[in-house]
Amino acid sequence: MSDTGQEHYEAVVVGAGPGGAAAAATLANYGVETLVLERGVEAGSKNVSGGLIYAEESAPYTIDDLFPGFREEAAERPITEYFLHNVAGRDVKTFDLTDLHEHDTEWSDAVLRRKMDSWLAERVHEKTRETGGGLLSGVRVNGLLRENGRIVGVTCDELDPITADIVVAADGVNSELARDAGLMNWEHPEQWFQGVKAVVDVPGDVITERFGIGEGEGVAHLFSGDLFQDVRGGGFLYTNQESLSIGTVFHLDSLVAEQAEPHELLDGLLTHPLLAEWLGDDYTEIEYSAKLVPDSKKVALREPHKDRLVVVGDAAGQMQAQGPIIKGMNHAVSAGALAAEAFAEAKSRNSPETAGELYAQKLRAEGVMQKLRPRGYDAVSAVGERGAVANLTDSLLTSSVGRIGVRLLGGQLERLYNTPALSMMVPDTRTPYVTLPTVIAEELGTPVTDENTVEPPSLEERIGDLTYDTDIGNPHIKLRDNSFEASGAAVTACPVSAVNFGGGCYREETMQTNGHEERVVSLDTQPCVECGTCAIVADTEWNHPRGGKGVEFTQG
Amino acid sequence: MHTVVLTKGVPDFREGQVSFDENGHLERGKTPTVMNPNDQFALEAALQTRVRHGGHVTLMSMGPPGYKDVLREGMASVYADDLYLISDREMAAADTWATSITLSAAIEKLGTPDLVFAGFKTADGETGHTGPQTCWCLDMPIITHVVSLDVDEEAGTLRAKRLVEGDIEEIETVEASFPAFVVADPEFVPSYRSASHRLTLKDLRAETRERAENFEDHLTIWDHADINVDPDYIGLDGSPTIVSSVDPIPKAPAEREATMVSPTSREEMTEVLEAMQPLAAGATGTAEATGDD
Ligand SMILES: Cc1cc2nc3c(=O)[nH]c(=O)nc-3n(C[C@H](O)[C@H](O)[C@H](O)COP(=O)(O)OP(=O)(O)OC[C@H]3O[C@@H](n4cnc5c(N)ncnc54)[C@H](O)[C@@H]3O)c2cc1C
Ligand code: SF4
Repeated sequence: MSDTGQEHYEAVVVGAGPGGAAAAATLANYGVETLVLERGVEAGSKNVSGGLIYAEESAPYTIDDLFPGFREEAAERPITEYFLHNVAGRDVKTFDLTDLHEHDTEWSDAVLRRKMDSWLAERVHEKTRETGGGLLSGVRVNGLLRENGRIVGVTCDELDPITADIVVAADGVNSELARDAGLMNWEHPEQWFQGVKAVVDVPGDVITERFGIGEGEGVAHLFSGDLFQDVRGGGFLYTNQESLSIGTVFHLDSLVAEQAEPHELLDGLLTHPLLAEWLGDDYTEIEYSAKLVPDSKKVALREPHKDRLVVVGDAAGQMQAQGPIIKGMNHAVSAGALAAEAFAEAKSRNSPETAGELYAQKLRAEGVMQKLRPRGYDAVSAVGERGAVANLTDSLLTSSVGRIGVRLLGGQLERLYNTPALSMMVPDTRTPYVTLPTVIAEELGTPVTDENTVEPPSLEERIGDLTYDTDIGNPHIKLRDNSFEASGAAVTACPVSAVNFGGGCYREETMQTNGHEERVVSLDTQPCVECGTCAIVADTEWNHPRGGKGVEFTQG
Repeated sequence: MHTVVLTKGVPDFREGQVSFDENGHLERGKTPTVMNPNDQFALEAALQTRVRHGGHVTLMSMGPPGYKDVLREGMASVYADDLYLISDREMAAADTWATSITLSAAIEKLGTPDLVFAGFKTADGETGHTGPQTCWCLDMPIITHVVSLDVDEEAGTLRAKRLVEGDIEEIETVEASFPAFVVADPEFVPSYRSASHRLTLKDLRAETRERAENFEDHLTIWDHADINVDPDYIGLDGSPTIVSSVDPIPKAPAEREATMVSPTSREEMTEVLEAMQPLAAGATGTAEATGDD
């Protein structure tokens, strides 16, 4: 209890993803009394990743350092091969990017988040319970507690306010705490990616056979080129033990600009001839899911702290897209553990209020910040992303001169793609995402002859297969402006909505007002998968549902 | 704090479990016995005091030896520190009066607890007598239809919100001093607004799962001699109630004719609307007629 009669813990960690788990375990290792609050019914039930978790050689902390046995008990297959497919129609040119994948990599495993996060949470609870704290799920933190204008704790839907000497916001993308602290705003679609994923049921022995791998081996396939209409982004396929994770990651601004339907883009990948041999004839989708991903190059907070608050992981924008390689979980782990270390040090010097600054210093000193926001990137993007220049390289590439260049480069291209420094600097233009892979496939590729017979489920079926505990009469998202101009982008960009689909979240409607027709949108949050897209692309009052309410993923 | 929760085994009336003979009589032998569903709320209320104030929760039942599974179920599904089954041939065929005598004697034998909890009505008899009668025997104040509960341990009092006349629209707050008897309403909601309470709850639940597997280690079985009651006052001999006859509930009127529809298009929906038109016309007709009165 604090002087004001409020419940007090030395540390409160909000969110039990990899960032929160790492922070809490490290705090507990330092003997700090730590309370972890997670909004899902169980840790992992709200979370989605591709996902390959990396243990980087250069990282200050890795998940198996903090949680021995992680790889054996919480992960799926280690990823031993890594390919990028450049696609143009049926033409495909495949690069072996295993070198890039292995650069600075101690190991990398495929994971499913429900299994991974719930495994972590059990250990976190045990560790933190010993400090007098523990982990509670089904509790949603809804804001920061302030005293005289300074952050001193958290407020929750389910609990009375709690004060703490340090609050670790590890609440993931669309962090309500980072927003409340004024550290993040949700206004610019170009700062985010949208990830959409299907988990597909395939028995383990069929996986090893179809992918030509051993029992303890796994493979990653990446896809780019013209199979996603003109949307900037790419696709992935990762092997789990008894399933495949197949998904897409697109720049949100590009999705909006092209008015593309995320589920159709995913279907474009699932039905491409290239996937026929891996998916076979009986396609069974276990789960459809989606989530936003921040682009660290643009939003990673340089000073992710304020008063007693430190922000880690996606909440702080620490999600690195290194070319096709997506690194969010590993950085969340590093950041969470560094924040904990910073607090423990600050506390031992009797100045816990300096923990935030110390944490930011550690992010820089350990090289994490340089990976997230490479210094060179600002220079590249300044030139590379400006319209005229972007178009020039795009048209140059598709011209006969460019095509000859691609042909001449041939095998060297694979080496260039394998260069980590280059892959970190890829500008956000069509060129690297769509045009270059398409030209590569056209000039160097060979056609796939397989026929793909997969018929992906409809959006209605996908929603029908998900589990929801709806908070009836208490929608977590409200439309602030229902005009089509303000919020219409969500009708297509929402992964569970579509034009002319009545069973989704966002619908376009026409309203008769004063004799003229007005285009408006309506919102029903029941099928919402809490991806965060409409927080950015529509004018909404956006919150997560109360603890335990809303969608519950079983795979993630 | 020591609390005692009273529970009873009832036939599992859920579909797929319950079995009736051709005369519509319950086949007890073929229907599994479960904990009376309403008693769960009493256990939740007791657990809340356990979490907030410590102490221990005793779950008690009177019935045949097979009722120990009912106690196990209560322990596994909600919580209990120890289990007491009051079981004896002499107690067979007891009505609610004889049951109340038996239970109150057993409770007194435990030493008077701070609070006794009972659930609202059993799913089979539906009399709602046993709780209040037991309380009368124990000479405690009773609070029924309780939907929320706060205990002030130092003052030795409890403050409860209860539904007035069982009506969810009207809630009153009452206070009583220990020892007291509380009948939890099915609307009872435990409240854990502090993290430390929730963590304690989590600890207790985690232990309980293991404990329920070895529930017999925590089970005590008492007969009439153990609780010191005269066989004349319990079981059939002690039961003044005489059930003269049981009338079967009349069957519902012949099944109505139903057409299943699941319209997916505007055309199909139009058909449904057209089919409903005559009914709708009838309905408005009536409404108008009443409006004219
Ligand atoms: C399709 C897709 C593919 C991806 N692929 C990869 C990949 O291959 N490799 C990789 O490393 N990363 C990948 N990522 C990114 C990765 O998932 C994230 O970077 C990572 O999960 C961030 O971890 P975190 O701990 O910061 O947040 P999260 O894992 O999102 O955890 C946040 C936690 O906080 C909880 N929470 C949120 N708000 C509240 C609140 N108000 N109160 C209480 N609890 C709250 C959530 O329920 C959740 O458990 C991918 C993401 C997507 C969507
Ligand atoms: S309603 Fe918004 S948050 Fe929910 S799924 Fe759609 S876009 Fe995502």
